[in-house]
Amino acid sequence: MTSTPRKERYLLARRIIQLGVPALFILGYRFDLGIGGRELIQGNLSASRILDALPLADPLAVSQLLLTGRIPHADVLWGALVVILFYWVLGGRAFCSWVCPVNIIGDSASWLRARLDIPPGFTLPRQLRYGLLALALFLSALTGVAAFEWVSPVGIIQRGLIYGMGLGWLAVAGLFLFDLLVLRHGWCGHMCPLGAFYSLVGRFSLLRIRFQKDTCTSCGKCHRVCPEPQVLALKPLAQKGRVLSGNCTNCARCIEVCPEGSLSFAPRWKTGEELQQPGTKKAGPVRAA
Amino acid sequence: MSSIRRREFLKKSLAATAALTAGIPLSREAQAQFTTNVGEKEGWKWDKVVCRFCGVGCGMMMATKDGRIVSVKGDPESPVNRGLNCIKGYFNAKIMYGGDRLTQPLMRMTNGKFDKKGKFSPVSWKVALDEMERQAKKAMAEKGPSGVSMFASGQYTIDEGYAAVKFMKAGLRSNNIDPNARHCMASAVVAFYQVFGIDEPPGCYEDIEMTDTMVLWGANMAEMHPILWSRVTDRKLNGGDKVKIINLSTYANRSSEMADMEIIFKPNTDLAIINYINKYLIDNNMVDWDFVNKHTVFAAGPTNIGYGLPDDHPKEQKVTLSKTEAIAQGLDPNQTHTVDQSMRGTPLAHWKISLEDFKKGLEPYTLDFVAQLAKGDPEEDLEIFKEKLVELAKYYGEKNRKVVSFWTMGFNQHVRGSWVNQIMYATHLLTGKQATPGNGGFSLTGQPSACGTAREVGTFAHRLPSDKLVGNPAHHEITEKLWKLPSGTLNPVVGTHAVAMMRQLAAGNIKFFWCQVTNPFQDFPNVSNWIKAAREMDNFIVCSDPYPTISGKVADLILPTAMIYEKWGAYGNAERRTQHWRQQVKAPGQAKGDLWQIMEFSKRFKIKDVWKSVPVAKAPGDKLPDVLAEAVKMGYKPDDTLFEVLFAKNGRKYKWSPKDPVAKGHPNDIADDMGFFVHRALWEEYRQFGTGNGHDLADFETYHNVRGLRWPVVNGKETQWRFSEGFDPFVEPGSGFNFYGPLLKEILQGSLKGPDKTKDKVKLFTKKSPQGNILDGKAKIFFRPYMEPPEQPDKEYDLWLCTGRVLEHWHSGTMTRRVPELHRAVPTAQVFMHPDDAAKRGLKRNDLALLKSRRGEVKARVETQGRNTMPKGTVFVPWFDEHVLINKLTLDQTCPMSKETDYKKCAVQVSKA
Amino acid sequence: MGAFLNRTAGESRRQFLARASRFAGMTLVGGLLWGWLVQESKAQPFALHPPGAKSGQDLQSRCIKCGMCVDACPYDTLSLSRAGDDGAPGVPYFVARNTPCYMCSDVPCARACPSGALDREVEITRARMGLAVLLDQENCIAFQGLRCEVCYRVCPLMGKAISLQYSPQERTGKHAFFRPVVHSQECTGCGMCEHACILEEPAIKVLTRRMAKGRLGRHYRLGWKEKGVISPDFTPDDAAPGPELKEWGRRSGERALKELNDTEGLYD
Repeated sequence: MTSTPRKERYLLARRIIQLGVPALFILGYRFDLGIGGRELIQGNLSASRILDALPLADPLAVSQLLLTGRIPHADVLWGALVVILFYWVLGGRAFCSWVCPVNIIGDSASWLRARLDIPPGFTLPRQLRYGLLALALFLSALTGVAAFEWVSPVGIIQRGLIYGMGLGWLAVAGLFLFDLLVLRHGWCGHMCPLGAFYSLVGRFSLLRIRFQKDTCTSCGKCHRVCPEPQVLALKPLAQKGRVLSGNCTNCARCIEVCPEGSLSFAPRWKTGEELQQPGTKKAGPVRAA
Repeated sequence: MSSIRRREFLKKSLAATAALTAGIPLSREAQAQFTTNVGEKEGWKWDKVVCRFCGVGCGMMMATKDGRIVSVKGDPESPVNRGLNCIKGYFNAKIMYGGDRLTQPLMRMTNGKFDKKGKFSPVSWKVALDEMERQAKKAMAEKGPSGVSMFASGQYTIDEGYAAVKFMKAGLRSNNIDPNARHCMASAVVAFYQVFGIDEPPGCYEDIEMTDTMVLWGANMAEMHPILWSRVTDRKLNGGDKVKIINLSTYANRSSEMADMEIIFKPNTDLAIINYINKYLIDNNMVDWDFVNKHTVFAAGPTNIGYGLPDDHPKEQKVTLSKTEAIAQGLDPNQTHTVDQSMRGTPLAHWKISLEDFKKGLEPYTLDFVAQLAKGDPEEDLEIFKEKLVELAKYYGEKNRKVVSFWTMGFNQHVRGSWVNQIMYATHLLTGKQATPGNGGFSLTGQPSACGTAREVGTFAHRLPSDKLVGNPAHHEITEKLWKLPSGTLNPVVGTHAVAMMRQLAAGNIKFFWCQVTNPFQDFPNVSNWIKAAREMDNFIVCSDPYPTISGKVADLILPTAMIYEKWGAYGNAERRTQHWRQQVKAPGQAKGDLWQIMEFSKRFKIKDVWKSVPVAKAPGDKLPDVLAEAVKMGYKPDDTLFEVLFAKNGRKYKWSPKDPVAKGHPNDIADDMGFFVHRALWEEYRQFGTGNGHDLADFETYHNVRGLRWPVVNGKETQWRFSEGFDPFVEPGSGFNFYGPLLKEILQGSLKGPDKTKDKVKLFTKKSPQGNILDGKAKIFFRPYMEPPEQPDKEYDLWLCTGRVLEHWHSGTMTRRVPELHRAVPTAQVFMHPDDAAKRGLKRNDLALLKSRRGEVKARVETQGRNTMPKGTVFVPWFDEHVLINKLTLDQTCPMSKETDYKKCAVQVSKA
Repeated sequence: MGAFLNRTAGESRRQFLARASRFAGMTLVGGLLWGWLVQESKAQPFALHPPGAKSGQDLQSRCIKCGMCVDACPYDTLSLSRAGDDGAPGVPYFVARNTPCYMCSDVPCARACPSGALDREVEITRARMGLAVLLDQENCIAFQGLRCEVCYRVCPLMGKAISLQYSPQERTGKHAFFRPVVHSQECTGCGMCEHACILEEPAIKVLTRRMAKGRLGRHYRLGWKEKGVISPDFTPDDAAPGPELKEWGRRSGERALKELNDTEGLYD
């Protein structure tokens, strides 16, 4: 048996990165941390600049900006492109599980919910997020301001970490209680338009979870830890040999908990089984489990 | 303002308005209510006090309740300010409530004992005074009376200054007491002595309302005398086209805003400009010959008097005149003139010269010469500058134009400060525009009691009360009589002036140094030297202060001190107005007033210790006589303390009771402690010095019932214009004017080259009154040439540095920087410079700059705009900020006559920090 | 996307329609609420924004809330608006009373903006962050004749943005008033004056220009100002001829006729 730390190395790495990113931003902001006369990093998750050169920008924020009818500086356009490319490679919602600080809230609420054995009550369709994404874009065009950025708990919390929370604690508490008492992974798994946006990117992204059917004992452990369990629906998984849903966050919890080692990271073009039934149609969207 | 409920107030004011409109007289009761002071019903006690800050002397009203100040306001009945204040005045109450008030004595200790290298720890007053006593006695045993010194203040109350002088000079027989006013007014004093024979401005603030022309010479009144400037502005606004304001300065400041004309000149060239004016007046027949012949004589003095630098400085030995200086002294500019500074020991010498000599002296000061020399803004057109000079001279000369010249530190802090003061009076005397309403030179004071305390009381190394001088046998006699001292008690050797005091400290000759109401280790020029001397040498530094200061840091013992409204006191302002106040609240913790500290310290000395014979260099026989025997004859006992002899014996005649009508229920802590009405006793004793000789003061009680009085106060009447018939009771009817000052009224005769010792001395008066007062005294019209300051910008140190104040902060900021609002208004001292000068050094506004002189360096933020607009080549840094200790850079140069420091010019470089 | 509108297996048509309409209703209500929230808080009249900030909605649209301006400010003047603060969430703003804009000549905040919310080319003296207004003349001690004028002296454009108006003080008969007056053509709204005002509550405050500025009727011109210097505030709008004066109110020719013919009560 491998030791626990090794088993949970992805989780640990994610937490380090999730906290490390705002920490870096804080270092950049408070201490003007720099290398060779250049500031290491400026800004926050909405937009930033690395070493005074590489621009990064939240592609959804930029999309909303464009829809308001304004042409922004090239900086943020390039920045958005860089970010899209980045997540196209590493998995669209890798942002959600590896970078977004809200993830910690959702995960901890989910963990506590399991501990307290709070029964599932109210449900929302997971596709709601696409509706909200559409609404965000529509409202941006309609009102002329980036509508999601106006209310985004992601923005409030990630800025709060760097510049001070203020009443942002209300957003933290609200999300936590919602996820804890109302709906497991209620925000991240059902509502977040930013997550929805990255889901769209994720449909095409390169890094995937590979599945080896032959060793799988259908124990269901992966299913229980997965924040988006529908992506692990066994039938399509067995068919495709990999998780192709954009909703998968590449969080790697399934890899860690699988006692048989049936799950692992692999490039998109590698499947879990050499033999696949040829001529199957393109995988349809995965239904809710 | 919970006092009058708003609605109640509104109702009342509405009623008053309505009644007035309707012509219905208000009932007496309603009227009385309407005129009630705010808060009186709530038990607030209002009393008249005076503003803590500048020399203007604004009257204030202060309300107290339950031992705390609850409110202040400008006193609407004060003739100075009529209820108005500047922002410092606005915060008078707040300065006392800083969170870091010192409330117990702090001494450097190690293992429970004093240790020069130890850390400050709280000690009792007894321990503090014990150590002070031990150290002072040790210093005196080693060095005699000159081993101890007190650095006094123009912010002392009059009684504090008087007690300090008496304690030092009569008690310890040491003349080593000098005030910070040395840095502020000493040049003005020398000029008053040498020109009029008596100190202090002849005019008064009403001059402003009565004049047509106000010329500011190195006086940024807009910031430094805010309420007077308000009066100047009013005069300008109301006076019509004839009223002109001219601002002369080395940089453009806020006073230029109201000015009709601004003249920016190079440092020190004010001397040349005035000489040009005087020449212009003579050339254009604008002199009032009748006045000049009747009331003045011409005079001159030596020029090779040094620059007040340390004795071993090369410029104190020989100086090679520049071409300009040669021309200015009527010498051949093509020859080299190397001048021995042989008169630096006797810079005050002067003698009568002829009108022809006077004219000859002025001859070089042509418009071309002076304009070339004096133009201070490189970007200004020379022809325009010339036009301005001509216009200025015309203002002075115009027959029907009244002119007041105001000056402060620009003149006084000047290596030739006494000269420039004197020749300014020359201008006024030549035109007869002196000492009449709306006419005259008006030397303004900086500190609230520079006049009242430092000058009138004479807390200087060379002075005794009421213009009596150390070393003058007749003056000693008067003083010893009034102070009931045995003859010969007073030390005839002039003590160390301020800068000399520090130099002696650094030389190890002064071992005990006590400063009160001032912050010398921030204020002195070239201050690093003195800080080092205080910290590293074998001496004992005592600092009395309500707050931690740089001087406190440097001291060995810090005495927590009561502030202005925590004690009774009196200040004398720039127009000779003496204003008294009562104690309003108690000092916090164990803090005690300066007067209490002096008196308690005086209890530590017995006359048998200090009045015996003691060696003193330069005194007759190189010693002070033993006066103990005579003291015993006078009824003193050898074991009597100085407190008993100097203060208590006379003091006990003045009983103190809280029920005293003068007290009006106010506390008087020191009277409780000492057992008699200390302030009244000191006042009544002190005012005897001036009575009958032109310094007359009213009795103690009178001042508590009026808004101040301008001395001389004769038969209950104050004096607005001295020396002028109809205004000054000491001027005989029919004489027109009488410059009756008795000092230096018998002088040698000579020429510009020097005195002619073969000729008899001349008397500048012919008659004396039965009381011994001069009846037809003459003033002196001096010729003084232009000379360059010893340090000027060169390749390495390429900028002039000028230092000064800002409106928001008082002196070294120890009080005002503790008022959050004032701190926010001006949080730090900036270096004001021309934007091009800054750009040339890679600097822009708000950048941190490094300022360096031959003596030290500081960092300050650059300001290229705002209140001061600098010409290229000059920077200005205010000195209130202990974090920008600009006096590390300034040069300890002084006017050799007045010993007043020149803080207005030295050479510095500025670079990016 | 869109999959939720597919009927799932085992769902009756009725169930599906109910689900779909519930969903649509929720979206509509949510959308309305959301839109209202955005519209409502768009009108943030108090917040002062960094130099070069685009005006009003333009700023809120462009700002990506990245905080790079906040990072660039050497005086820690700026912060991103948090819940409960003035201003739109995440948009940079400052509170002049706490820390004003020190008007750096190189405007590092604007230079740092990646999105164009702040004009990178802005010249600091032409920045229009707001407008200082001496709101409370009753409590301003300068208006009472005291020598204060701190706002005037701390003004980085002393003498231009704030000048002093001198007038005699009749009450005392010998002093003068030094009243600070703000000039909107020059004032950048940096807030030094509000910051430094020595009153407990400042008498001079910086407001957004929209709040602070009045507007002359477009049909009227001040005769002596027509040939004035074009100020930084000058917009082509100012030069444009006023809108044609149109009939206004509810009156019309028909109404006039009716009114004239209405003699009711005239002869009573």
